[in-house]
Amino acid sequence: MRPSVERVTAPLGALVLFLAIWEGLTRALDVPLYLVPPPSAVLSAGWAEASTLLVGALTTGRAALVGFALSAVLGVLAAIVLASSRLLERALYPYTVFLQTVPIVAIAPLLVLWFGPGLRAVAVSAFIVSVFPVIANALAGLRSVDPALRDLFRLYGASRTATLWKLELPSAVPEIVTGLRVASGLAVIGTIVGEFVAGFAEGAPGLGILVLSSYRQLRTDVLFAAVLAAAGLGLSLFAAVNLLGTILLRRWHASELQR
Amino acid sequence: MQETTRAGIGVIVRGVRRVFPTGVEAVARLDLTVEAGSFVAFVGPSGCGKSTLLRLIADLDRPTEGSIAFEGGGARPSIAFVFQDPHLMPWRRVLENAALPLELAGVGERERTERALVALAEVGLADAAARFPRELSGGMRMRVSLARALVTEPDLLLLDEPFAALDELTRRRLDDQLRALWLKRGMTVLFVTHTLSEAAYLAERAIVFSKRPARIVADRTITLPRERAASIRSTAEFLAEEHALYEVLVQGEGG
Repeated sequence: MRPSVERVTAPLGALVLFLAIWEGLTRALDVPLYLVPPPSAVLSAGWAEASTLLVGALTTGRAALVGFALSAVLGVLAAIVLASSRLLERALYPYTVFLQTVPIVAIAPLLVLWFGPGLRAVAVSAFIVSVFPVIANALAGLRSVDPALRDLFRLYGASRTATLWKLELPSAVPEIVTGLRVASGLAVIGTIVGEFVAGFAEGAPGLGILVLSSYRQLRTDVLFAAVLAAAGLGLSLFAAVNLLGTILLRRWHASELQR
Repeated sequence: MQETTRAGIGVIVRGVRRVFPTGVEAVARLDLTVEAGSFVAFVGPSGCGKSTLLRLIADLDRPTEGSIAFEGGGARPSIAFVFQDPHLMPWRRVLENAALPLELAGVGERERTERALVALAEVGLADAAARFPRELSGGMRMRVSLARALVTEPDLLLLDEPFAALDELTRRRLDDQLRALWLKRGMTVLFVTHTLSEAAYLAERAIVFSKRPARIVADRTITLPRERAASIRSTAEFLAEEHALYEVLVQGEGG
């Protein structure tokens, strides 16, 4: 039992120590509030702006979820298409790498033009940033199916769809989960960046907008609180994907056994 | 032993040659007739092309020249294949693994569950139906693989060094089980192995191959009783069979 207790207490202890040093240093050196606020100031700012932050987190979370869902569905579909033929993979895969290297800040204005400001443009930004790891990992998974099992499916005259549903996709689940894990964090990053450029719309401002506005007012304590909320959002999405992975894989895959 | 459900099918290999795209010749122009319901062992040095021949018979690979035909078994003979390793689907329970061939053939869930349970019982694994492959020992996994092959009641069972990775005790136990299943079911069995004692113990006929490209260097009828038990392994007759196979195998290696 001791190691499992330690798994919780050790990182918590490190956090408390870190916050204590931070608090102590900002007070001792008399650092101005707008440069680096002490944790206590961030906490009270977060408390005072709790409802704004909560609404912001909901707005941002919704866009991130939509973008992430698009990545999950379209990313796996794209991988299935690419895996269906070597020629298609050779012809198209290089362009999926483009998705990973495109500077999202540079094309975000385009997204506003095409999709209009607000949720849609922001979600598309999250999608563009997070889809590549899903495609790459799902493709690797679909490609690494046990050749003997492929032979067996052929021997028993399995149809193309049966092979996809009963063999290829189940085989690729561990890799797909890995791709989704990476995508979950990226989706939140893509959302915040998207909000910087495209987030101005009617309705509640997201966390990205809160970060921008608190920066302009030099409310660094609120800015910190908003950044923390965004990080919390990313963590929750990541935790949800992890939970999904554990549920899907716990009975058979090495990555989820006896941890 | 008269409850034979199917008599098995004959296999006729005519002038089959297989050259891989790399230029390697795995099987040299080969003629072979296997009678329906017989148990034949393919023996030969590792990498000699006997596994390739088995894949050709299963239609998992196409011959460069020649043809392979079946006698009996209707338009689409039922063929099953057991690989060197179990190759189970780790995300499926034992029962669902064993039922896979029926599922792919479109058999309804009730019937395939019933038949998979029968096949699992035949290899002594009825209790393990709800478990996952990773929870089983290597020998048990191989038996699931065997049950998966038997579940369609195949006319022809092809086994490619199926027990090679198992310890001696487990392997002998599985040899006994396989032989008993053959006596009961009467399907045609082609068994690839490089272990001479296993070939002599299991088969009615042993075909010895040369090193690559595979040619037949000996075709020997094993004259041992139909009912065989572990004790037979130490009899003079058995050792004589094993030695005779050894002699031709050495000749094949040299020539």
